[in-house]
Amino acid sequence: MNKLVNLTWVFALLSILAVGGGTAVLPEMQRMTVHQFHWISDKQFRDIYSLGQVAPGPNMLMVMVIGYREAGAAGAALVGLAFFLPDCILTFFANRLWARFAGSPWRAAAQRGLAPVAIGLMISGTYAIARLSILNVMGAAIAAATMGILLWRHINPTILISIAGIAYIIYSRW
Amino acid sequence: MSEAEPPRISSGAIFRVFLIAGAISFGGGVIAYLREYIVNQQRWLDDDEFLDALELSETLPGLNSVNMSVIVGDRLRGAAGAAIAASGLILPGMIVVMTLGVLWNEQRHNPVVTAFLIGVAAAAVGLLSTVTLQLGHKQFARISDVVFIVATFAAVSLLKLSLVWVLLTIGPLAIWYYRPRDHAGAAVHRFAHLRERLLSHRAHWRH
Repeated sequence: MNKLVNLTWVFALLSILAVGGGTAVLPEMQRMTVHQFHWISDKQFRDIYSLGQVAPGPNMLMVMVIGYREAGAAGAALVGLAFFLPDCILTFFANRLWARFAGSPWRAAAQRGLAPVAIGLMISGTYAIARLSILNVMGAAIAAATMGILLWRHINPTILISIAGIAYIIYSRW
Repeated sequence: MSEAEPPRISSGAIFRVFLIAGAISFGGGVIAYLREYIVNQQRWLDDDEFLDALELSETLPGLNSVNMSVIVGDRLRGAAGAAIAASGLILPGMIVVMTLGVLWNEQRHNPVVTAFLIGVAAAAVGLLSTVTLQLGHKQFARISDVVFIVATFAAVSLLKLSLVWVLLTIGPLAIWYYRPRDHAGAAVHRFAHLRERLLSHRAHWRH
């Protein structure tokens, strides 16, 4: 019971802290789910994050797997609700209020000021995943090649991600 | 946004469009898929309205694509539309990720499964770096922005401070730094910012 309560408030809090999107909150998610509550290990955090990469829709739906791992189907359902419902309600009312601030220069200041903070958080999120996945030269080569190809051409990253997974299997067997 | 009452769009149509966007948007970039459906195919919103909604989605906490669904759904059919749109967007991914999660839970000690997921995560690092570079390339060129970027990264990743405190200190500081001083300048900047976002999301769109 206590477990379900903790899962709920942790993921509700994480969704509200996600300034700049899901990547921004990854370090805090890792800190809370791995180091503070010990629901999963670092390696499981990485594996679950990767599951989100190969599923369609928002990648952060993977949070439900953390709930499932800790508390089964009820955990998955509660984490899904906690991660999406409070944020949807906040967005719903903020959207209706937002129009009132249409001409406010503070609106532009908030966007201008939060933009670099969001970028900093995205770098932190990327760094968190890099520390868990770039374990050797092969991992570094995959990350660099993916970035190079995506900057060079606009192809669907899912194709590259799948190839990377298979390449790493071959590398680890060989 | 205009005050004119938009035509009522059926719940079924809203659900179908968001469900399809949620089902086929592999590899992130959900926003680009939503734009294709909502602006180009269904013409429920024009480009400016879509960008207005996107601007708010990005400023609010939470996932941008889910926030977008709530805002667009609300515009199309009020509270019910918002609920239908958000549910449609996350339902396919939810089913897929839970199926994968159950399978992974059974096979999590299988070295082949682990190797695949390490490769995926390494590629995701390349993808996240690309997205961060594309979204932030303007900020990287400005010294004041770089200071806020480095301070945020250092606080979270090096000092391991709680995100709550980082957002409550650096956030207000950054907003205060960019506080309104020249109204005309702020308006021009806002427009430039939107144009930038449109281009980066376009760059993300692929067939």
